[in-house]
Amino acid sequence: MIQLKVNGKQRSFRGRRFKRLIDVLREDFDLTGTKEGCGEGECGACSVFVDGELVNSCLIPVYQADGARVETVEALGDPDALDPLQASFLTEGGAQCGICTPGMLMSAWAFVRDGGRDDLDAIRTALAGNLCRCTGYQHIVSSVVATVRDKTRTSARRRTKKK
Amino acid sequence: MSSVGESSRRKEGPEKLTGVAKYVDDYHLPNCLQGVTLRSSIARGVIKEIRFDPSYDWDSVVVATAKDIPGENYVYLIEVDQPLLVDREVHHAEEPILVLGHKDRAKAYEALSHIEVEYEPWDPVLTMEEALVGKRILYGDDNVFKRFEISKGDVEQGFKDADVIVSKEYRVPHQEQAYLENNGMAAWEEDDGTLVLMGSIQCPFYVHKAMLPLFAREPEKVRVIQATTGGGFGGKEEYPNMIAGHAALLALKAKRPVKMIYDRHEDMRATTKRHPARVRHRTGVTKDGALVAQDIDVLMDGGAYVTLSPVVLSRGILHASGPYECPNVRIVGRVIATNTPPNGAFRGFGAPQTLFAAELQMEAIASRLKMDPVSLRQTNLFRIGSITATGQTLRESVGAENVLDRVLSRSKFRQKKSQHARWNGSKTKPTWRGIGLATVFHGDGFTGSGEVFLRSRAGIELVHDGTLRIDAASTEIGQGTTSILAQIVADALDVPYDWIDVETPDTSKVPNSGPTVASRTCMVVGGLLHKAAKKLKKALVQAGANWPLTREALATSAARACGKKRSIDFVEQYRKPGDVTWDEETYRGDAYGVYSYAAMVVDLEIDKTTYEVTVRDVITAQDVGKAINPLLVEGQIIGGTAQALGYALLENTVVDDRGVMQNAQLTNYIIPTALDMPTMDVTIVEEPYSKGPFGAKGVGELPMDIPAPAVAAAIYDATGLFMAELPILPERLCQALHDSAQS
Repeated sequence: MIQLKVNGKQRSFRGRRFKRLIDVLREDFDLTGTKEGCGEGECGACSVFVDGELVNSCLIPVYQADGARVETVEALGDPDALDPLQASFLTEGGAQCGICTPGMLMSAWAFVRDGGRDDLDAIRTALAGNLCRCTGYQHIVSSVVATVRDKTRTSARRRTKKK
Repeated sequence: MSSVGESSRRKEGPEKLTGVAKYVDDYHLPNCLQGVTLRSSIARGVIKEIRFDPSYDWDSVVVATAKDIPGENYVYLIEVDQPLLVDREVHHAEEPILVLGHKDRAKAYEALSHIEVEYEPWDPVLTMEEALVGKRILYGDDNVFKRFEISKGDVEQGFKDADVIVSKEYRVPHQEQAYLENNGMAAWEEDDGTLVLMGSIQCPFYVHKAMLPLFAREPEKVRVIQATTGGGFGGKEEYPNMIAGHAALLALKAKRPVKMIYDRHEDMRATTKRHPARVRHRTGVTKDGALVAQDIDVLMDGGAYVTLSPVVLSRGILHASGPYECPNVRIVGRVIATNTPPNGAFRGFGAPQTLFAAELQMEAIASRLKMDPVSLRQTNLFRIGSITATGQTLRESVGAENVLDRVLSRSKFRQKKSQHARWNGSKTKPTWRGIGLATVFHGDGFTGSGEVFLRSRAGIELVHDGTLRIDAASTEIGQGTTSILAQIVADALDVPYDWIDVETPDTSKVPNSGPTVASRTCMVVGGLLHKAAKKLKKALVQAGANWPLTREALATSAARACGKKRSIDFVEQYRKPGDVTWDEETYRGDAYGVYSYAAMVVDLEIDKTTYEVTVRDVITAQDVGKAINPLLVEGQIIGGTAQALGYALLENTVVDDRGVMQNAQLTNYIIPTALDMPTMDVTIVEEPYSKGPFGAKGVGELPMDIPAPAVAAAIYDATGLFMAELPILPERLCQALHDSAQS
């Protein structure tokens, strides 16, 4: 039996050890937010975190994630209470058809988490593993810029308060 | 309380951003089978025998063939030539022969490998040129699916009046839509005998219509529902009819729900692509740059069945002369039958092919006349009062000159051009730099009498509790349908955007608003809803409502207006505007009610060692009549530009000796990434159209038409290489440079 901590919840899986992580998430744990676009690690629609690392879940046999922490798009906000990153995607037009969006959010989340700044080239590089056919990427990039700027402002405010 | 013109937030955005939105494969259907398709391995021939491995356990597998089809074995479209499943004769490789279902998708694929098909192979016809020779006849008596001709003035006289005649040939390849969600459909039968289809689709009523002859059913016994759809670009216009037929056939035979979800390889190999084309131009001009004769020959590869090819060709030739006025024009278009997977709808629908040729031809003419390509365009560009190739007089909303002026000033075109010339003059620089320009037009809505035949309907439901719900078949496929339709209705009613609900496109709940194609949703369906909203508002006024309206007052007047009914529907049907005329026989008249216009400047750089092209800047201005939602319009423009930059520079469909895409993977069919795209400079121009809602025209396809010729013009500026075939890959540039050095 394989044990995973998915979005903070302990889950167990019995079945083929080579079943792809994406299929376990979608079929066994009913977390259908993670999408399949190509099945060969090219499009990034299936991006999730395994122990904090951004991976393509279509390339990972579930046994490789045994004992790991997994985060999917469902770990972010809900429709009524969006995470700031999701809120920026909404106001800046970063999502169109929505199928690349969960994976794109995971890559953007990793970038923001790791202290990424509002540097357009750095943002484009961070998102280069996620294909999108609708947006031409510009509004996705501006969504990340808006998130980073809001975050900087918020933390600047926090610092000011501490003083 | 204005909503139109605001970048209102995407209605379905929160669901998409949280993974809550359900695409077809996200639905859990109890007791469901996974359907897969056995496809022909040869391009042409006859099936002699289908053998099922006797040592394999077939008990848990359900198989359906052409013999299981209760009605007629064809997929309804313009013609009825394409079978749902091959009965005997194979017309292209990857043609569906049978479908099978198993509760486990991996097992279903495994079962496929235990079936063997024995063929009597025939020699296929794989290219247009071969088909035109006519040695082997696939369709009619000359392999021509459809021929159209447009004629204006006297072309021969025009060439006599010309000072210079320029002749060139252009070629454009297949292009794959590459929506990020593959095609998928679910089917089941309800207890009351209704066949239900739910899937990733652009046109619910196309699927509905196609099911009736296949399953010999009454319209009320078929219901089609759109699931959240992960991109379409035309690729989910007609092919879903096929997948729906397969899923339904299996579901009815198995008496269980069936899901058919294509993987990327199957989607790319088997489903429709943009038509490859060969376009020949012969143009006569005076020495001061006035067009006097355009003779244009358009050839498109339709593939093995008619599908939508005649209408793709029609739009192609109607855009083939570019946004320019010329007194003498002849355009002949033919779409050809070959034994290759059928081509179909793709954003732009024939226009990107012919506009690439038309615009690059302007560069060839300018170069020949030693004239500035900007002045050449300005001399001939459409303006109010211009007469098109079909004899249509442009009476209003002609933004061509306006968009060109905007991009010239925003891009500092002439200044950059001379800067680049200086840069290129230096032998020590590692790159060549170039700047290129294009101007295009795009007809909005169905061609000719198309909208009249469609007789689209759309409406708004006023529920007694004050709920306002849009009922339309127009699908949200990422472009923003749901939001813009709600904005139009909200503004017409003078109520907040949030008060407007939008019904799921479901044939049992919404009227037939026509397909979600042809840049028609905002202008045509939005126009119907605008009218419906005005009538609804009048009814509310009569029921005592006052503005500014509160939710309570809306509920009170809604209850009064509804009386004993639960709700009232305000439905509008399309009627032909009185002054629009079109003759289908002669191809004369108003080909489209109105056109959208765009201009673009592309600034790029080519590495002298690798020949890699880097697009540094894209500056574009696009006339859409009125931007109902500027953020969504920008999304269309930037996204369409990216897709077309891929068409110009990256997307290379490699076809094998059976006529099938060999690189059917996102790994080696290269679409643009975030790093391939520059930050684009977009100006929205609004030349209002009197018959569009709030002046709106269309925008969906326009951005797809323009980047490729602008890129080719910039490469010509940078290197002097006239690249008349797409895609312009580094190896082709290398070869062209080598060839030009030889000659």
